[in-house]
Amino acid sequence: MTAIILRRFLQAIPVLFIVVTLTFLLVRAAPGNPFSTEKKIPPEIMEQLEKQYDLHGSIWHQYLQYMGKVVRGDLSISTQYRNRTVAEIIRQALPVSMTLGAVAYFLALTFGVTFGAWAAIRHNRAGDRLIMLWALLGISIPSFILAPVLVMLFAIWLDVLPVAGWGSPDQIILPAICLSIPFAATIARLTRGSLLEVLQLDFVRTARAKGLSEDAVLFRHALKVAILPIIGYSGPAAAGILTGSIVIETLFGIPGIGPFFVNSALNRDPFMTSGVVLVFSSFLILFNLIADILYFVVDRRVKLE
Amino acid sequence: MKTAHLFYRVVRRDPFLVACGLFLILVVLVSFVGIHFTGYTYDQISDDSLLRPSRAHWFGTDVNGHDLLTRTLYGAQISLFVAATGTLVSLTVGVTYGMISGYAGGRVDNLMMRIVEIIYSLPTLVLVIVIVTSLDDPMTTFLKSTGEWCTGLGLPGLAGFFTGINPRLLLIVGFLGLTEWLTMARIIRGQVLVLKEQPFVQASFALGQSHFQILWRHLLPNLLGIVIVYLTLTIPAIMLDESFMSFLGVGLQPPLASWGTLISDAAFLINPIRLYWWMLIFPGGLMTLTLLALNFLGDGLRDALDPRVKK
Amino acid sequence: MNREGLEVSDQPALSSGRRFPPQLVPPACLLGALFLFGAFFYFFGGWTLSAPADLTICNGDEPQSLDPAIVTGQLEGRICLALFEGLTTRNAKGDIIPGMAQSWDISPDGLTYTFHLRPGIRWSNGDPITSADFLNSWERALNPATASQYSYQLYYLVNGEAYGTGKITDFSQVGVKAPDPSTLVVTLNHPTAYFLELTSFQTLCPVHLPTVKKYGNDWTKPGKMISNGPYLLKEWRLNDYILLEANPFYWRPVPIHRIKVLPTNNATACLNLFYSKKTDLIIDKTSIPPTLVPDLRDKSYFHSNPFGATSFIRFNVKRKPFDDVRVRKALALALDKKDIVDKITRAGEPIANTLVPPGNADYKPPEGLSYHPDEARRLLAQAGYPNGQGFPDVNLLYAARGSGTQVATEMQALWRRELGITSIHLRGQEWKVYLNTQSLIDFDLCLSAWVGDYNDPQTFIDMFVTDGGNNDTGWGDPQYDQMLQTSEMTADPIKRMQILRDMEKILVEDQMPIVPVYFYVGMSLYDPEKLGGFEPNFVDDHRWGEFYIPGHKP
Repeated sequence: MTAIILRRFLQAIPVLFIVVTLTFLLVRAAPGNPFSTEKKIPPEIMEQLEKQYDLHGSIWHQYLQYMGKVVRGDLSISTQYRNRTVAEIIRQALPVSMTLGAVAYFLALTFGVTFGAWAAIRHNRAGDRLIMLWALLGISIPSFILAPVLVMLFAIWLDVLPVAGWGSPDQIILPAICLSIPFAATIARLTRGSLLEVLQLDFVRTARAKGLSEDAVLFRHALKVAILPIIGYSGPAAAGILTGSIVIETLFGIPGIGPFFVNSALNRDPFMTSGVVLVFSSFLILFNLIADILYFVVDRRVKLE
Repeated sequence: MKTAHLFYRVVRRDPFLVACGLFLILVVLVSFVGIHFTGYTYDQISDDSLLRPSRAHWFGTDVNGHDLLTRTLYGAQISLFVAATGTLVSLTVGVTYGMISGYAGGRVDNLMMRIVEIIYSLPTLVLVIVIVTSLDDPMTTFLKSTGEWCTGLGLPGLAGFFTGINPRLLLIVGFLGLTEWLTMARIIRGQVLVLKEQPFVQASFALGQSHFQILWRHLLPNLLGIVIVYLTLTIPAIMLDESFMSFLGVGLQPPLASWGTLISDAAFLINPIRLYWWMLIFPGGLMTLTLLALNFLGDGLRDALDPRVKK
Repeated sequence: MNREGLEVSDQPALSSGRRFPPQLVPPACLLGALFLFGAFFYFFGGWTLSAPADLTICNGDEPQSLDPAIVTGQLEGRICLALFEGLTTRNAKGDIIPGMAQSWDISPDGLTYTFHLRPGIRWSNGDPITSADFLNSWERALNPATASQYSYQLYYLVNGEAYGTGKITDFSQVGVKAPDPSTLVVTLNHPTAYFLELTSFQTLCPVHLPTVKKYGNDWTKPGKMISNGPYLLKEWRLNDYILLEANPFYWRPVPIHRIKVLPTNNATACLNLFYSKKTDLIIDKTSIPPTLVPDLRDKSYFHSNPFGATSFIRFNVKRKPFDDVRVRKALALALDKKDIVDKITRAGEPIANTLVPPGNADYKPPEGLSYHPDEARRLLAQAGYPNGQGFPDVNLLYAARGSGTQVATEMQALWRRELGITSIHLRGQEWKVYLNTQSLIDFDLCLSAWVGDYNDPQTFIDMFVTDGGNNDTGWGDPQYDQMLQTSEMTADPIKRMQILRDMEKILVEDQMPIVPVYFYVGMSLYDPEKLGGFEPNFVDDHRWGEFYIPGHKP
């Protein structure tokens, strides 16, 4: 186990290296100067700016300068927000995104597993059909359609939830729901599928034969096994929530990392773009590793039992 | 013919699937043929901006006075085109990759699957955004100079082809296709691993057929069913990715319009003063229905055709 | 979507023993999620427990910086000018009034300004403000090491440009002196009629240099920044809000104690915030969706004012067919500008036939060319493209943001309608790429805009000097250049305005390297019963220190 974790960590280093290299070189090679404004800057000032940011000389020189800094843990200063280091922006914005993501994730898990299990129990009955139809709809409806519709409904017509912003707990409800729905739907489908499979396995029959109540069979035995594919799905789900949050944060004016990323890509801020890509990738790699370990542990426990 | 037979069985068993299929065919037909009968062209402006749906404009109009029905159908064309060609790219890459990996086996297989795993754990869509926004202009220049080069060679047809391509569209189709092949590759590989041990493949080995012949003649036809299943599931994924990018303003740009750009125009108009609901509901609704039909179809086909799914 | 899981393990076994009551698992999960979310939110998510603000402003976007020497944008400028104050400032009407300087003397030749600082003025930490603070802050803004993008605002000073571009390194040669702590003497290159407007601009505001030296790049952070304007920086949460509090050391009382600034950049979200009373003032025109302006225009909370900025089209006069002045004129005459402002921009923008926006009472602009499609068709036919036949393929460059796409689409369609030209292709680019393409003059037509730095025609006219940094059309005229030089040397304001008028005539009537389209207007939303001190003015410069709440006026 330790060997696997260690190997995965070692493997992550070249991967991150490649990803950051690609991003930085692409952004720098693309036309468009991060410092240009509608009014021309005197060439002397431009030169000075580029020097301050180590963005002068050949692109390879710039790249080496940047990588040198990254290795030392310095993500450089944003060219767009000139008084802020990229690390500082990420430090402020990442927890916000993480909060939103975590809430959405737990919502998706809770509702997904509950509805999925419920559908499995009522296999092929109306309830099952209805839930599965809703789940398919949840997968199919893009969050950027759902979000404006929900805002229209709950924030404008019913006026029960705030339309946008961040800072009080009620402001997280709509964005978290919008973000979580496709994943809740996928988890519901996964849960139903795997639970149906598990319920046909021998050990469930044994449990039933032993006279355990249907609830006990379901919750104490079957669900524990059926949860495995959901753990397996948590990696892709995290990736989906991460990209989904970019849209949700933009729509709801949430000070997370998503709007900064889109802005930096459009404004040719090489440090911000590379920094965000680095953080996103590291986060996902780490998350996948944790999910894999969890899978391994649960799987082994299930087998041992 | 096994596939055709199975297909027939699916149709018999679940008429709703057929309805989904028919709906999709209808969307394609209307968006490519019906669009010529709306009475408007997609780039025709008028003074009637932001009109509600009426007899003259079934879906209403947008800011420029475009007929929204024609716009939505045009958006459908682009969205469907992006999804279809992107899927084709992902299909080619995924099937080739999966077949090679599964067929080669051993260390090659190990390495190739490790790479898939790594790409799985990367924020691919974020990378596509970086790539598309950066390569847009270089691609424009490249296509233009290639076109000029072809003209120089005396190939006006080819030149017209290159200059006619929208660089942004090309990049999006290409790179979205290159991110959505992972599932396909994994599943194909799994199938090839099984098929490889089958007697008829073993027999071909013994007969001394070349690797290419075995892959092409014996393995590929047997993978067709599963390829179709994952094809129907990749199309909505790419469609969603494209609209996601267009929505954020890093995807397609005018004069091209896709469902994503239309919905983006509308989503930023949701406000307490006046609701231009038709701008959101029509393109959004049609897109959701299309995605739903595709997902439903993919699901149903998977249940019927994927040997991994137990019935 | 189809990245679904892994196979279920096949040999699970039974478990035994007492466990958590199974029915409670889903509610427990939900509770756990809520708890986790609460804890997460509390510790990291930024739960705002700060005191409520007396005024909340939607300012358009997150400021890129709050260093007055560095900022370039209007939205940053607004906050900077609440935090800092120059020698002069503006009242609510936009007139120049004494700021840090109580009075000033101007020499008869208009070249020397002697400013007398207000007695007893202090920084927000209590340090006295001296003329040396101004001298040193200007040195900082000019110094190439600061890399200030607006340092050219100080090029009007004798040797300012030489110091700013590193040609000289001795600041004592630059035309600013501090003979005693309360006097600042400034010497200019030319009699600059609008210099007192420049001294109210953020680039010329003083900064507290000991703080800048001590904290370096971090000096603009709350708790560190020392300012001299009506407000001081209390809190700044990135992309969330900025909290300003009245500066107790400011030389006059500040009516509104606390201002919260929201960086919401989504226009609809801003409007929704305004409607749910979460914000009192929407100050940035980009925060108001143009499509809604017709619905908003007659509301008591809608306010608009003309402002010194123009939207115009640049021609690339080096390329066919726009090297022909008849083609340029034809396109100008055929453009139905009213259609564009009525349908797309919708804020009641006046259409523009000249480049210089109205607002300077001393300036009488030329006529310019108005909408005249018949004349346009005649000229186009004369140039060899009757009914647009044979018109070469050209592209129309524009920045794909705001209503840029819609305006460009409309123009393309209008030219097709009036002139039969079908070969104009749209070329939308992202902002920074657009700027790059524009400065390389790699376009045929380019949708551009210009915001005046000060309320004087000069800031528009001097753009088109031959090979000027912001010319970007390839156009040049030695006579025009000569006239500009003459105007700069002319101290008589009436004569000077006349020369500028003749120059503009060349631009918009004779040579047409550009087509003016419309003048921008500033728009804002606020309830006049809840906010005072916000008056329409030509510079669209509303100082927050002037705001008051009616009924609470001190």
